[in-house]
Amino acid sequence: MTAAAVTAAQLLLRTRELLAAHPPATTAREDFLRARFDAGLAWVHYPEGLGGLGAPRTLQAVVDAELEAAAAPDNDPRRIGIGLGMAAPTILAYGTEEQKRRFLRPLWIGEEVWCQLFSEPGAGSDLAALGTRAVRAADGDGDWVVDGQKVWTSSAHTARWAILIARTDPALPKHQGITYFLCDMHAPGVEVRPLRQITGEAEFNEVFLTGVKIPDAHRLGEVGQGWAVARTTLMNERVSIGGMRIPREGGMIAPVAAAWRGRPELRTHSLHQRLLELWVEAEVARLTGERLRQQLAAGAPGPEGSGMKLAFARLNQEISGLEVELLGEEGLLYEDWTLRRPEIVDFTGRDAGYRYLRAKGNSIEGGTSEILLNIVAERVLGLPAEPRDDKDLAWKDLAR
Amino acid sequence: MSAPNPPSAAPLDLLYSEAEEELRTAVRSLLASRCDAAAVLARIEGGAPHDPVLWRVLAADIGAAGLLVPEKLGGQGASHREAAVVLEELGRAAAPVPYLTSAVPATEILLGCDGADCADLLRELAAGRRVCAPALPLTLAPGAPLPAPVRDTGAGPGGGTGPGGGHGGGTGTRTLSGSVTSVADAAGADVLLVLADTGLYAVQADSPGVSRTPLVALDLTRPLATVTLDGAAGTRLADPATARAAIAGALLSGAGLLASEQLGLAEWCLAQTVAHLRTRHQFNRPLGSFQALKHRLARLWLDVASARAAARAAADALATGAPDAPLTVAVAQAYCSGVAVKAAEECVQLHGGIGMTWEHPAHLYLKRAKADSLALGTAGHHRGLVADFAELPSP
Repeated sequence: MTAAAVTAAQLLLRTRELLAAHPPATTAREDFLRARFDAGLAWVHYPEGLGGLGAPRTLQAVVDAELEAAAAPDNDPRRIGIGLGMAAPTILAYGTEEQKRRFLRPLWIGEEVWCQLFSEPGAGSDLAALGTRAVRAADGDGDWVVDGQKVWTSSAHTARWAILIARTDPALPKHQGITYFLCDMHAPGVEVRPLRQITGEAEFNEVFLTGVKIPDAHRLGEVGQGWAVARTTLMNERVSIGGMRIPREGGMIAPVAAAWRGRPELRTHSLHQRLLELWVEAEVARLTGERLRQQLAAGAPGPEGSGMKLAFARLNQEISGLEVELLGEEGLLYEDWTLRRPEIVDFTGRDAGYRYLRAKGNSIEGGTSEILLNIVAERVLGLPAEPRDDKDLAWKDLAR
Repeated sequence: MSAPNPPSAAPLDLLYSEAEEELRTAVRSLLASRCDAAAVLARIEGGAPHDPVLWRVLAADIGAAGLLVPEKLGGQGASHREAAVVLEELGRAAAPVPYLTSAVPATEILLGCDGADCADLLRELAAGRRVCAPALPLTLAPGAPLPAPVRDTGAGPGGGTGPGGGHGGGTGTRTLSGSVTSVADAAGADVLLVLADTGLYAVQADSPGVSRTPLVALDLTRPLATVTLDGAAGTRLADPATARAAIAGALLSGAGLLASEQLGLAEWCLAQTVAHLRTRHQFNRPLGSFQALKHRLARLWLDVASARAAARAAADALATGAPDAPLTVAVAQAYCSGVAVKAAEECVQLHGGIGMTWEHPAHLYLKRAKADSLALGTAGHHRGLVADFAELPSP
C-alpha cells in the first residue's frame, strides 16, 4: 500500500480487518494496541513500519471513528501525552532509523511513558539559557555525562524515557551550544522529587541529574544542533489545541452555570453581570476554537491557534475566581490538602478552590501569556522584535 | 438542581466561501476607489454624507442591496452570510451608505409582510433605485418593547378602503400623525416604513406632511433625524400583528449583521495601528518594538479574531434559520460591540497626538464604533437576552 494509494475506504477496510482479527472484547488491551500499531493504524500519517501508512493526517479520523464505534481500547493519550505530542514527532523528524524503530512502538502503545527535561530553575521562559551540562565521558566511547537540574517535569515519576536538552558548548552563544538527548529515567544519577504546588498536590517534579551517562546512540540530531530539534518539539506542543470540539457551555463555565441555576440563594446582581460576561466570552472562545478547527479541516490553518491558549488561560482564571465567590461560605473551604501525585490534571473532578488555584498555572505552563503575546505581536502582526543583546554573546558570559 | 438547558449548539459554518470572498473583493475595490477616508471626510464636511453614486454602484452593479431579496423579486436570493461580508467591508471603510437600514432591516420588514406593494418596493430596493428607512429609533433592540406607534388619523387623499370599521384589514391610503426620534438614514431615504396603530405603512419621504429634522449625531457617517408626520399619506402594507412580527425579525437580523460591521471596523483599527507602530520611531526605535505596546496589540488581535468567530456565527445562524439564532445573535452583539469600541479607542490612543486630529480618520471609526454600541441594543441589553436564552436568571 503506497502513500498515493491510501484512501479513506482502504483505511476503513483495514480497520475492519484489524477488528475482525483481534476482537476488542476478547483481546488484551496491549495486544490490541500492538496489532493496531503493526497494521499501520496507530498514526496513519507516519511511515509504514512505524505505526503508519504514509496517509494524509486528516484520515486518522476515519480510523478513530470506526475503532470508537467498536469500543476498541485506546492508548490513553492523556497519560502518554508528552510522548505522543512531543517526543514522537521529534524522533520521527530527527531520529536515526534505529532510534525510530526502538522508541516509537512502545511509546505509542503506552508501554513506555515519556517526560520532557527542558525547563530549569534558571531557564523557564528563556529556555535557551539552560545550564544543564553534557560532556563527553572519559571512557573515550563518545558517550556523554550529564549534570544539572530540571523542573516542572510532568510524568517524571511514571516516565521510562525523557527528551532532554543540555549544553555541550558554553563558549558558544546560548542557542548554539545545545544538544538534544533521549535520557533513560532509570539510569543511575537520575533523581525525581515531587514538586508540591499551590493546589497541595504534586503533579510535577524536580529532576536532579548527577553524572548521568547517556550513550551517544541516544543523541537526537547533531551535536550543537539541539535548539533546532527542540523547536520541532515546541511547535508540536502548541499544535494540539483546536483539534477537539467543545459543546456549548463546556469547560470551566459548566460548574458555575450549574451552581447558578441550582442554588438561587447564592445569586447577586453584581455576580450576575460578571457571570453573563464570562458566559458570553466562553461561548465566543468556543466559536473561535470551532472556527480554527474548520480552518484546519479545510487545509488553511489560521493564526487563531496562537491566541487560543491566551484566551483560555484568562477565561479559566476569571471563571474559577467567580465560582469561588459565588459559593460564599463554601468558597472558604478546600476539599483536601493531602499531598497527591495525580497522573493527569482533572479540572472538573475537583472542587472550585482547586480549579481556582490550578488555573493560575494556565498562564504560565507551556509558554507564559507574556511570551505568547510577544509571539502573536511578532509573528502574526509583524511587529519588530525588542532589541536584545544575548544572541551573540557566549553563554558563559551571560548575566545569571 | 435544575438541569442546565441552554439551547443546543447547531453545527455552524464559520468560514467564508469562495463566492463570499469574491463579493468581498468587489466591494472592497469599489470602496477603495470611491470611499477613501479623505472622501468620507469631505462629504461629511459638506453636510451630505450619503454618496448616491457609490450607493448605485454598490446596490445595482454589485447587487449588494438585494442580497436578502429573492430572485423572483429582482434580488440575489443570497443570505445573511453574504450580507455580512458586505457589512464587514462597509465597516472597514466607515462607509456612509444606508446599508444597515435599507438593505437589512427595511428589506427584512418588507419580506416579513405580504402583498403587491411590498413586492414592488422590494424590487426597487434590490435594484438600488430607491432607499428605504424604517422609521424606528436606531437604539431599538431585539426583545425590547416597540415604541408607541404613530396614530392613524383617517382615510388618505386617495380614499381607498382603509382599515374599515376602525382597526380591521384592508388596503389603501391613510393619513398618519406622530413623531419618531433618532431615525438612522432618514434624510437620504425615499420611503419611510412607519409603524402606526393600525399597521405598517409606506410613506413617501418627500410627501406633504412629512418632515425630517436632522439631528447633530455623534456618528457623522450615519446621520440621524427626527421624523414627524402631520397628516402624511401612507400606503398600508400590513396589519399590526404582522407588522410587529416583521419588525421583531428585522431587529434580530439587524443586530446580528451589525456584528459584522463592528468586526470590519475593528479590523481596520487594528491594521492601521499595527502599520503605524511598525513605521513610527520614537526613542530611536520603532514604537512597535516596545513590549507594552506589542502586548496591547496582541490582545486586541485576539479580541478581533474572537469577534470574527462570533459575527460569523450570527450571520450563519440567521442564514440557516437556526433555532438558537436569537442566542447566537445576542452573544455576537454582547461581544462585538465592545471589541469595536476598544479597537477604535486603542487606535486613537496608540496613534498619539495624530489620533486626536480631525485629519486622521481614526475619529470617524471611534464615533461609528461608539454609536454602533448603542444601535440595536447595548451589550448589556444583549447580555440580558443571553440570561433568558441560557436560563441564567437574575437574582
